[in-house]
Amino acid sequence: MARTDVQLMLDVKAGDDQSFELLLRKYRTPLVNFLYRMVRDTAVAEDLAQEVFLRVYRARQEYAPSAKFTTWMFRIATNLALNSVRDNRHRLMEISMDQTVDSGESEQPALEVPDRAPSVEQELVARCRAEMILKAIHALPEKQRAAVLLHKYQELDYDEIARVLECSESALKSLLFRAYETLRVELAPLVSPTVRVDRVPADRSGQPAC
Amino acid sequence: MFGKEKSSVKQCAALERKLVEYLDGRARPADRHAVEEHLSGCASCRLRAEEFRALWTALDDLPEVSPSPAFDATLRTRIAAEPARRSFWDWLPSPRLAFAVTALVVMSAWLSSVPRVTTNPTVVSQASQASEVSPESDFGMIRDLPVLENFDVVSKFDALSELPVTQGRPTGEGVKESR
Repeated sequence: MARTDVQLMLDVKAGDDQSFELLLRKYRTPLVNFLYRMVRDTAVAEDLAQEVFLRVYRARQEYAPSAKFTTWMFRIATNLALNSVRDNRHRLMEISMDQTVDSGESEQPALEVPDRAPSVEQELVARCRAEMILKAIHALPEKQRAAVLLHKYQELDYDEIARVLECSESALKSLLFRAYETLRVELAPLVSPTVRVDRVPADRSGQPAC
Repeated sequence: MFGKEKSSVKQCAALERKLVEYLDGRARPADRHAVEEHLSGCASCRLRAEEFRALWTALDDLPEVSPSPAFDATLRTRIAAEPARRSFWDWLPSPRLAFAVTALVVMSAWLSSVPRVTTNPTVVSQASQASEVSPESDFGMIRDLPVLENFDVVSKFDALSELPVTQGRPTGEGVKESR
């Protein structure tokens, strides 16, 4: 029978480093994705994800299962991401889909887009759609952005997200509605039933959006 | 008519708080029925709900990033570089030594707290009696001192014989000669 995250963390507290490895394997990708979508920089996202795991490891002796492990972990991650965004707001970079980042040992694309489309044009459309979505999410106010990412991509429960963001469930639902409403407007070319995006989306000036 | 529109606007505003949880399937049955009832009679909210569904489908197109291959190794290195948290007792090599050090500290503290003069009342009274010495016994102690008692040593001291003899103040051999 698979151990729960809380049980794994209690085992880490008891000195079992293998349990920490299991938590690392389970959550490193969701955490890196969440942080990447928050800060929009792969190198910073990786660094922050490592900091989250480091803080979890450091706090193992004081760990008390008062909440879900994911609530605790994503609260640490959210606080780190918000601090990072606030600290680096003035020099936040626009990362294009083609830009490469130095991962230490080898170079890899900033985003690993699955190769779903056989043609070059379809691939370009897919990349542009992804870039539009990423830009729209990143343009949201920080708390709305975190709420959408935790709701849509991490699929946390409402009470968990509310605890991560330190607000009431009612306030969270209003927050989520406003965030999705903004995205609905910003991504109208992708969501409107009357507009089909089978070409490279253009912005208001008529230029390609990406 | 105006009242009906006002009531519809209120219902639309109420829907906003329930729409997200309705669309993600987490709404309570009562809320779900209320939303469905409103959507069936409100074209603008129905369109918005459709666009929300389309938005969520579009958001799925966001590709995932993968951690770099060096992620785990880097993290392990950072964890290994963490200073180990050690308590006071961890610095001691063994429990026996820890016990010995503790015992030594306790003994030292106890010994330093013990008064040097006993506070037993009977002993104190005896000690005070012994300290009350009469002048006669004090004189006897001085008289018993061996050097002062040895009169021969003093009287045969050669240097004293060279002193001039003065009337009324006889000293040593000079006194005998003048006689």
